Amino acid sequence: MKPILVMALAEIQEGIRNRWVIASILLLLVLAASLTLLGSTPVGITKASLLSVTMVSLTSLSIYLIPLIALMLAFDAIVGESERGTLLLLLTYPIRRWQIIIGKFLGHLSILAIAIFLGYGLVALYFVFDDVGTAQEWLGYLLMMGSSLLLGAVFIALGYLVSVIVQQRATATGISLVLWLFIVVFYDLILLGALLADKSHIIQSKLLAVLILFNPADVYRLFNLTGSDISALASGMSGITQSDLLSPVTLIMTLIIWLLIPLMLSIYIFQKREV
Amino acid sequence: MVIADQTKEPFIALQNVSKHYRNHHAVDSLSLSVNKGESLALIGHNGAGKTTLLKLILGLTRPNTGSIKVNGEVPSQTSDRKSIAFLPEIVSFPGSMTGKELITFYARLKNRPESECNKLLELVGLTDAVSKKVETYSKGMRQRLGLAQALLGEPELILLDEPTSGLDPSLRKKFYNIIEDCKSTGTTILISSHALSEIETRIDRVAILKRGRLVIHGSLDELRTAADLPVQIRVSTLSGQTPIVSDVLKPETPWRKFNDHCIEFDCHQDEKLSVLQNLSRIPSGVTDIEILPPRLDELYIHFAGEENES
Repeated sequence: MKPILVMALAEIQEGIRNRWVIASILLLLVLAASLTLLGSTPVGITKASLLSVTMVSLTSLSIYLIPLIALMLAFDAIVGESERGTLLLLLTYPIRRWQIIIGKFLGHLSILAIAIFLGYGLVALYFVFDDVGTAQEWLGYLLMMGSSLLLGAVFIALGYLVSVIVQQRATATGISLVLWLFIVVFYDLILLGALLADKSHIIQSKLLAVLILFNPADVYRLFNLTGSDISALASGMSGITQSDLLSPVTLIMTLIIWLLIPLMLSIYIFQKREV
Repeated sequence: MVIADQTKEPFIALQNVSKHYRNHHAVDSLSLSVNKGESLALIGHNGAGKTTLLKLILGLTRPNTGSIKVNGEVPSQTSDRKSIAFLPEIVSFPGSMTGKELITFYARLKNRPESECNKLLELVGLTDAVSKKVETYSKGMRQRLGLAQALLGEPELILLDEPTSGLDPSLRKKFYNIIEDCKSTGTTILISSHALSEIETRIDRVAILKRGRLVIHGSLDELRTAADLPVQIRVSTLSGQTPIVSDVLKPETPWRKFNDHCIEFDCHQDEKLSVLQNLSRIPSGVTDIEILPPRLDELYIHFAGEENES
């Protein structure tokens, strides 16, 4: 247990030192704050409250930003150390390879957690002082922060997978960017295109649900935009399939699977990697 | 195969070890043993397999064939490595951390107290720079930080890969002094180096590698005997009197004149004494006689050849 903690602490310390932590907090805070202020300008009468509107905006923002921050934290984890020569040294210490991955994961996850809870949490204070939002909306906001962290965890794990496979840091950067573009941008475009082209309705709602589960970013989006009736209303997603396949529990379980598979695969590949 | 006496079992024992990557034989049926408290230098061309050999001993990679035992155990990722230390050839620590933070990280992994960090940083002369970021360190300071981590926990075995490249002469001397202190407490030392002239007086034995194979290994004297290279004799005379020396040499001995008062010639080990006797019979004019046995770099070129890596 101890080597994992030592590794995790070192990652957090380094994250603070090289200003990753502060940069992530500021990025999330500034963007969340501007969305909140935009959202608070009166846009007509809706059934949704300001808090819900903000939450929906933040979800759309997180879908792009959280995976990007997570990948940038993670892609370097193994291949970077390998290039710098510190990996060779680290492996001669009493620490196992899986402990290195898990330790780094806990460290990077903590950095992301600090960024999300400070960035989005500080913005939420604005609503506390204005005394808006029902208890249910606040729960939704908390779930949004929690699921953002889970989404980040998925992409940290995906970043590690890239990091243990490739031999060069530059390759890892490229693959991570392509991965990000594909999952958060192109996947939906392709899906949308397929739906539009599909005049004869081959893609049934069940198949669509499954296709959505195959993309962690979509799973996250669906969880936050349909999680409660109010947010569904605010996001205009209330019409989407109400099938059991996409219930909040299934969605969270799917994200957890999306986290575990790449994480375990990274450990497996790292064990086999020649240093 | 004779089974070695339990008490004299070597600290590191490699038997017929081979390691190949794809179509490249990094280490080829190599057998070598190192006793406890001994210091061994691994020398060879770039790509001769020195670093792979160190990795094999560290258990970072496994041999394709053959067996390795370190302190009676097969080295692996899971074996106890508190007593083994390593200084890689190229290591660049994360620059945004301070020297103290880095050494503390490594100390925690080895379960060593923080007080030891301060002691080691002082030993390698980094006390003034402990709270400075590593990115501001010079090459020599980084290398000393690397040495400090290698000394954590009083290891029984230290492996050093090209440790003095990039150090200035006074740091090199200090570096070897620290290593010698470790050796005096019974630490086994493996050092891979190209700096032959500086290691030859500081190690017990030498192993010369060529294309993954062990060409020869033994003490410097054993290598000299095996190489059978001539001894160089340099005689100084009063100015202009070098012919008094060349006259007593056998006519077939080639000699080189440095200047008008110094002459040098090669002499076979067996003939050394008789040549010296002849020289001592010269009545006057000889001011100094120096005997230069073949040095490690000459032995190295003799055994490993002058070719470069392919």
